Amino acid sequence: MSTIPGLERPAPVPSDLTQPFWDACNERRLVLQNCTNCQRLQYPPTQRCDQCGSGDNLEWKEVEGKGHIDVYMVIRDSRIRGFRAAQPINFAVITLDEDPGINFLSNLPGTPPGEVPVGAQVELIFEETSTGQLVHEWQGAA
Amino acid sequence: MVSDRSWMRDREGLGLWEHRGKVAVVGWGQSHIDRRWDGVTMDRSCGGLTKEACLKALADAGLSLDDIDGLITSAETRAEQTWAPRPYFDPPYDTEDGLTFTSADWIERELGLKNIQYRKSDAPYIGPMMGLAAQAVGDGLCETALVWYPMVNLAGRYGHNNPQNNSPEAPGASAFSLPWGYQNGAMFNNLVIFQQYCKKYGKSHDGLADLCLNLRRNGLLTPWSYYALHEPYQLTREDYLNGRVIEEPLVIYDCDRPVNTCAAFIFTTAERAKDLRQKPIYVLNHAQNGGRGRSTMATLEEHQEAVASLARKMWEGSGLGPDDVDIFNPYDGYLTFTQQFLEGFQWHGVKWGEAHDFYADDIRVEGSHPFLSSGGNNGTGRTRSCLFSDSLEQLRGTAGARQVTVKAETALAGCNTPDSNGFLMLSKEPD
Repeated sequence: MSTIPGLERPAPVPSDLTQPFWDACNERRLVLQNCTNCQRLQYPPTQRCDQCGSGDNLEWKEVEGKGHIDVYMVIRDSRIRGFRAAQPINFAVITLDEDPGINFLSNLPGTPPGEVPVGAQVELIFEETSTGQLVHEWQGAA
Repeated sequence: MVSDRSWMRDREGLGLWEHRGKVAVVGWGQSHIDRRWDGVTMDRSCGGLTKEACLKALADAGLSLDDIDGLITSAETRAEQTWAPRPYFDPPYDTEDGLTFTSADWIERELGLKNIQYRKSDAPYIGPMMGLAAQAVGDGLCETALVWYPMVNLAGRYGHNNPQNNSPEAPGASAFSLPWGYQNGAMFNNLVIFQQYCKKYGKSHDGLADLCLNLRRNGLLTPWSYYALHEPYQLTREDYLNGRVIEEPLVIYDCDRPVNTCAAFIFTTAERAKDLRQKPIYVLNHAQNGGRGRSTMATLEEHQEAVASLARKMWEGSGLGPDDVDIFNPYDGYLTFTQQFLEGFQWHGVKWGEAHDFYADDIRVEGSHPFLSSGGNNGTGRTRSCLFSDSLEQLRGTAGARQVTVKAETALAGCNTPDSNGFLMLSKEPD
């Protein structure tokens, strides 16, 4: 389960498209689609490259996952049942160092709500959801 | 079909709109407005309010039921839930149709309309729907279209009845957002972008206070609005700055309040409009945006480019430019994204990053920069239609206490968000 007290993250349901992504998460690896034609990463996964429109050149590429905190807000009145017992809780946008055009969501486990160091470096971790499926998360870099 | 986007003007390079000045809005009707439907009073149900709004629009235009040959509406009424499993009522309230939306067939039957040639019940939300109506009349699919947009609010906390928000699982695309608490709708991504805006331009949430207070003021000058009818008092700066925090820094006063109401409009040809009760308000162009960002969250830069593109499409199709727009009513569903429209269209010369300073200047209706003279959705309740009805009233000169003192010959109105919207350019003159 999450290391954030009270948090019950909805568990991702893999599809044919996203199964490799979620399988990699369960191996504690972050893989992104990469178009070998455009040499361009994309996330979340889609059927075709957003740039060239082809689905023939997409491969899964592992990334290190280092990033920085772009901006954040604090969830205080969530409509999502699994988050209500964890409020207040950080909601941050993480940009990927390997390609800052790629961004991820994070609740920043270990960072007190509202005390988020914007611009700080973060490192990839994984957290468990209700089905046991791991999801990618980020925490302040040591 | 909603999925059919061929009618949209959502690309640059389309040139002057082929029906520029040949379509006019000649009628408007606004129903009663409540916070919620009580589940008992049938003439305040979605169907009941739709009938009221449509009949008012017909009376406003001086048209009869027999003059209408087109019916256009949207099922995107924000009901978020069906009336079922609660028991239905006697006909015509014996299905969802009439309770959580009102179809063209329903209103055709209940009003006894006899000359309908064109029916569309699956138009998008009101922004693009107004463009669709203009295009339908221009293309000759009908001569005179009755167009309505209900907003339905049933019992229960908004968003808490959405099944996705109560599920332990995140299927499909939500697998990449829901596990971190992202909520569907315009709130989260636009708040992220607002934070990027504040970071880039050195602004803060407090900079929205002047906009909020002026919207409520304009809403209280709107006799039919939710606040004028039900909570007729002005907010103070302290109210805003101490507002209940929803998702920090967003407070309750940044969010338009769901209401239960319906608005109707009548579009017809410029030729037919000549001898009607109201002075025609001509449509010079319509334009739409629909897109998404590259990654999980769209960014400030992506939304700024989206609105800049929307503006270019609007200028190209209408033949007007930033200095030609007198009345400007962009969407304010969350106050956090309204500045993108103001800056992207460069209304009154406002450039990127300058909106908060503009808000702090004089944006009152009697001043020189009457931004969102409608009061927006924060001032009137979330009708979305107020953006268009105020534009009509300002150009007609019938806005009463809200009538601006600056020139009011053209108006630009639309919604929803910077990346997904539909806007209409209106004018007192056809060219």
